[in-house]
Amino acid sequence: MPTRTLNGTKVWQRRDRATQFRIWLGWLIGTAVFLYCWRIISENTEWEFVQDAHIQALDMASRMVPPRWSYTPTILRPLWDTINIATLGTVCAVAIATPVAFLAARNTTPSLLVARPLALMIVVSSRSINSLIWALMLVLIMGPGVVAGIVAITLRSIGFVGKLLYEAIEEIDERQVEAIIATGASRPQVLLYGIVPQILPAFAGISVYRWDINIRESTVLGLVGAGGIGLELQASVNILAWNQVTLIFIAILGSVVLSEWVSAKIRHAII
Amino acid sequence: MLKIENLTKRYPTGDLALNGVSLEVAKGEVVALIGPSGAGKSTLIRTINRLVEPTSGRILLNGVNLPSLGSRALRRARRTIGMIFQEFALVERLTVMENVLSGQLGYVSFWRSLIRKFPQSIIDEAFRLLERVGLEEFYDKRADALSGGQRQRVGIARALLQNPEILLVDEPTASLDPKTSRQIMRLITELTSERGLGAIINIHDVPLAMLFVKRIVGLRQGEIVYDGDPDGLTSERLTDIYGEEDWTATVRKKGSDQEEEDNGEENDDDLPQAAMSLSRREAAGRQAGRK
Amino acid sequence: MTGEARISRRWKKAPFIQNPRLRWAIYIGAAVYLVLAIASVEVNWTRIVDGIPRGIKFVGAFFTPDFVSRWDDIYEGFVESLSITGASTVLGLLISIPIGLGAARNISPLPVYLVCRSIIAVSRAFQEIIIAILFVAMFGFGPFAGVMTLSFTTIGFISKLLAEDIEDVDKEQVEAIRATGSSWLQLMNYAIQPQVAPRLVGLAMYRLDINFRESAIIGIVGAGGIGATLTTAFDRYEFESAAAILLIIIVIVMGAEYASGYVRNKLT
Repeated sequence: MPTRTLNGTKVWQRRDRATQFRIWLGWLIGTAVFLYCWRIISENTEWEFVQDAHIQALDMASRMVPPRWSYTPTILRPLWDTINIATLGTVCAVAIATPVAFLAARNTTPSLLVARPLALMIVVSSRSINSLIWALMLVLIMGPGVVAGIVAITLRSIGFVGKLLYEAIEEIDERQVEAIIATGASRPQVLLYGIVPQILPAFAGISVYRWDINIRESTVLGLVGAGGIGLELQASVNILAWNQVTLIFIAILGSVVLSEWVSAKIRHAII
Repeated sequence: MLKIENLTKRYPTGDLALNGVSLEVAKGEVVALIGPSGAGKSTLIRTINRLVEPTSGRILLNGVNLPSLGSRALRRARRTIGMIFQEFALVERLTVMENVLSGQLGYVSFWRSLIRKFPQSIIDEAFRLLERVGLEEFYDKRADALSGGQRQRVGIARALLQNPEILLVDEPTASLDPKTSRQIMRLITELTSERGLGAIINIHDVPLAMLFVKRIVGLRQGEIVYDGDPDGLTSERLTDIYGEEDWTATVRKKGSDQEEEDNGEENDDDLPQAAMSLSRREAAGRQAGRK
Repeated sequence: MTGEARISRRWKKAPFIQNPRLRWAIYIGAAVYLVLAIASVEVNWTRIVDGIPRGIKFVGAFFTPDFVSRWDDIYEGFVESLSITGASTVLGLLISIPIGLGAARNISPLPVYLVCRSIIAVSRAFQEIIIAILFVAMFGFGPFAGVMTLSFTTIGFISKLLAEDIEDVDKEQVEAIRATGSSWLQLMNYAIQPQVAPRLVGLAMYRLDINFRESAIIGIVGAGGIGATLTTAFDRYEFESAAAILLIIIVIVMGAEYASGYVRNKLT
């Protein structure tokens, strides 16, 4: 009860004592954890470098402008590669993720004991590893280049697309499916007429959304050698050519804005 | 034509939905299935085309025992059984035409259904059916753009495009307003008599059933407790089916409605006020009951 | 229309894109793009074939992960990653609350709104790694740059969603409190906070989850955490150690996802 009697008068409290205590304890633990984290970071940090950060920042800023426009032709090809990595990677991922999603969805899986856990495992392992780590591994295995980037984007996106898609499949209206079954349609026809029309908007929306994310992700894959504009970024940062970095940033920003516009347009057209 | 023998369905939860039901429907005969919610009406209809697997018993359609069929033979049998659903169960993102054509899925190959290339004779038949149900101009509309009554008409056209031998109709009017309900019921009964189709119509609305159907079967707790013509459905019989309630209004209404029916087939718009308000009240009661 | 005419009436599924010119332009454009894109991918088949045994060896390493030989590095890396996660989530949250309030049009004046929205836009425009590169250049190598990076990206994420939440609050409740003659802070405390607090906790949990995933990779550009250890393991071809690190990452990610899902479920 949030009221208690003190010296014969009723006193109103927002919470009773136990709740209040738990809330304070929560804050206490939270603060302690934060301070502990901060201590570890502080121990591993060279504070002299942090102290002259403003000097570094000013220096960087002054070197960043004006952008080195003459560098533009050099980054056109890597930019094209970046967009290809994102697009081809998304296409491959969607192609693989679609059957995986049908295996993973409770209502379409051929077997709950074998196929579903297997499909879920593919989804989970793909999702847990960042595309940059995938790229790191793939560059080591298949050598640096665009192919490693495409495969890295594919491997990361399978889990993302697969998860959202199988959730969409599980949410379909079963009555529409039942009606198609009742006409005597075969299993593939039930899929085609009863299920596919229902998930098509989700399917397109998810694919375009992931493509949008992949454009951003593919800009940095070059840092580990997996092709695209990240390679140029790495090279420019290494030689401290900050005016080139500015130009690369402008290019990245442009493609991100463009991809966002395109994906918004497509999603709008579908719904 | 359809003969159900000793049909029993027990759900995995242990609920006994059908308890030894036996029923025979002759060729071209229309049967209305009435009974309280949970009496097993829906289950009975669904066990016939095995959307629900029966636990035991026989269902003979033209001498073929449906529960014993393998999946391929079952699909072939389902082609001859048309089904109409309560919530219409149209595939909402497909067009009206695609929905109607889906009635032919059991007859065409996967490839043809994929590229939507149905035989021209089927297309002709689909246009004829759409015209018959009054929707010929809507064929390219998406199903989710239609009103409830229009959707149910599409559902009827889909079932009829299967060229079925029997229709299973599951609460065709429960999602419709009273006037549309009557129109849909009239359409269904007209079509069955035109084509000499047998039908089992599962229906909540007793006055509506008595108005349009010659044979009424009452189901209570998975057992048939009434089987006869509408006139025999007295207060006592209704009490058998639904339990104690004042049934005088329902029974009396039947009389007045039949007169109206004789007076003018298409005069839905000037229904006697009493009948209208009654079916509305029942619709409201149903809504409340379902909540 | 006569019956005769209808007999031969054709039906074709209406195409998804109604305008035939636009439709073909899109189809051909997509086909041309795909051909050009695939053609421009240079595949070094010999290198890939060479890589197959290495790939198999690497997959095999997942069945025999080596937690022991580099345990000290792995341990320190994960402690650092988790610290970065914790510190950056808390810092990011603290900064994003005022910015989120400022970016909600229904409670902020236009100039404040524009400033806050620009901060959000900047923070969302770039990948974490790119921001990490800049911060490493500014603050030097080490976890501090990592904390700054993830705090900064947390701001973009939380502020934006928080602002959208605030813009969606029930207006009547706000008006009712305002009608009592409350101050701005009281208005926040009594009308806004109760409506958005549960969502905010959910968002914070979700961001904690994301921040851990990111803290595992920003080490690749020198911003601290397990990423540096992982890169080293790869560079030395120590597949067993790399596999061990990846397995730990997967376990923590799944644990965090489960925990944050649990908390968010409890709140709603």
